[in-house]
Amino acid sequence: MSGVLALNRPIASAWRLRLPGPDTFWAAAFALPYAAIFLFFVLYPVIFGFWLGSSPALYTELFSSPLYLTALANTLIFVGIGVNLKMALAFLLSGFFMRKRKWVKALLVIFILPWATPALPAFMSIHWMLNGEWGFLNSVLDALFGIDGPIWLIDRWLALGADLAAYIWKQLPFWTVIFLAGRMSVPRELYEAADVDGATGFRRFVHVTVPLQANLYLVCTLLSTIWTFGDFNTITFISGGGPSMSTEVLATLGIRYAFTMSVPSLGVAAVLSALPLLVPIMVLLMRKLRTSDVQL
Amino acid sequence: MSATISNRRKRSKLYYRVQHYAGEIACLVLGAVLVIWSLMPIYNMWMIALNKHDAIFEGGLWPEDPTLEAFRVVVTQDFWYLAQFWHQFGNSFYVGFMVSFLTLFIGSLASFTVGRLHLKNGWMLTNAALMTYVIPASFLAIPMYRIMQIYGLANNLWSVIATLTTFATPYAIFIFSQYGKSIPMELDESARIDGANPWQIYFRIYLPLMAPALVAVGTYALLLAWNEYLYNFLLLSTPGSMTVAVALAQFLNSDESPWNYMMATAIIYAIPPIVMYYGSRRYMAAGLTMGGVKG
Repeated sequence: MSGVLALNRPIASAWRLRLPGPDTFWAAAFALPYAAIFLFFVLYPVIFGFWLGSSPALYTELFSSPLYLTALANTLIFVGIGVNLKMALAFLLSGFFMRKRKWVKALLVIFILPWATPALPAFMSIHWMLNGEWGFLNSVLDALFGIDGPIWLIDRWLALGADLAAYIWKQLPFWTVIFLAGRMSVPRELYEAADVDGATGFRRFVHVTVPLQANLYLVCTLLSTIWTFGDFNTITFISGGGPSMSTEVLATLGIRYAFTMSVPSLGVAAVLSALPLLVPIMVLLMRKLRTSDVQL
Repeated sequence: MSATISNRRKRSKLYYRVQHYAGEIACLVLGAVLVIWSLMPIYNMWMIALNKHDAIFEGGLWPEDPTLEAFRVVVTQDFWYLAQFWHQFGNSFYVGFMVSFLTLFIGSLASFTVGRLHLKNGWMLTNAALMTYVIPASFLAIPMYRIMQIYGLANNLWSVIATLTTFATPYAIFIFSQYGKSIPMELDESARIDGANPWQIYFRIYLPLMAPALVAVGTYALLLAWNEYLYNFLLLSTPGSMTVAVALAQFLNSDESPWNYMMATAIIYAIPPIVMYYGSRRYMAAGLTMGGVKG
């Protein structure tokens, strides 16, 4: 189980002993395109971003702004609940999709559809579905239960809940499939052995499935946390940050500062202020990805 | 453990049969819930697109008087928001396929050089990719916007192509390095004895054997490009250079917008990636999730 990314260090030092041949030229030439992309489109913007957001005054301004503090709280709620709920559901559902029934396999094809549908059309549809007066959801509530549904998107908490639901709707299938693949890679014999030992049902889940999948689960959760911090589309197209900017998150607020209010440095600062939370996750994740065989 | 087994023995056959059917019914209910959950927004999309404009504001569970009028308007560009629809659709395709192609090309070259040519200090390349992978794309939007102006790429499709390729390539590198390990090194060595240079090995041996991973990552990159809105919106501003994503979002600028046209546009826009995904699903299972894990 040599880590795919770890392979480079030990092997690289072994190869260094060899004389540089014509291969060195080829190896460098093949590495060049990615190195160029990294320099021009990652390193430069990262440094430029740090430079833009380097003034401490920006951060005192941010922390005295109620708008920013609301967005920070929303981000924590959105990421905290969104990622964990989604991952837990995905993990449980992956167990359901392990069933060897024809209809379950057919169901998986339908279940994947939200992920295959581009974000924008899907979120626009959900946005109109939640319209208080003529939205589909309230029509359904009315037809089935005779309830007058709320006007979803004019209340901060309902709007944030709608953002979360749409986020889970869109992302759940992808992670379910990942966990499904993780479960499938476990040899059957292991479960048969557990069965012989009397570990079935819940016991099997706790003592066999969970320990085997724990590492994958951790890596996926960390990765998803980072990506969710940067989620711009869900908030923008479901609640639009409204009502009156009460459901903004850092990713959308940064863009609003930079392009609607034309203070790019403040926008960058809003985004950079998430770094104390993000950096530990990034470091842990890079270490995990480097030393284990988990591939996403 | 022995207690469980003896307990089990005491239970009657009927108990197990009831348990079995209860489990089946629970599964069917879960399945039904999942179908409704997954399809509701998609059904809503169709319902609005097939409705007449006035009928949308009456609510209802299905279109009273379904019509393809909205699709006709989109296809014939018969509305001012949609005046350049096909051109913008072409732009979306151009961006999507360029991002796929460049991601595959650059990613496979990088993974080939690290994994098979044993590039000196190759770990720097993998670490660079890893670092890019853990940066949320939207966090770089503001500096990227400025930098594209410095590069003279403002309002140019290539700015979006470059950005999205940047964010898709690390994933490609990881999948390719993983998949590449299943191709025996002996192939390279025997090709070398036959006088092949690294480019020939890459092009004639490595790439053809990587086909399933290439399909999976290509689809991934296309979906990524099709899902992307922020960079499209920031970097492309004139109707001629817009992609459909930006044009779609323009509908939201006005409260008077015809939502049925918007949804018809959205449906047409959603078709290519869905077809692409389901077409390559077999490979996705082999490539994308291949890894799920191994320990």
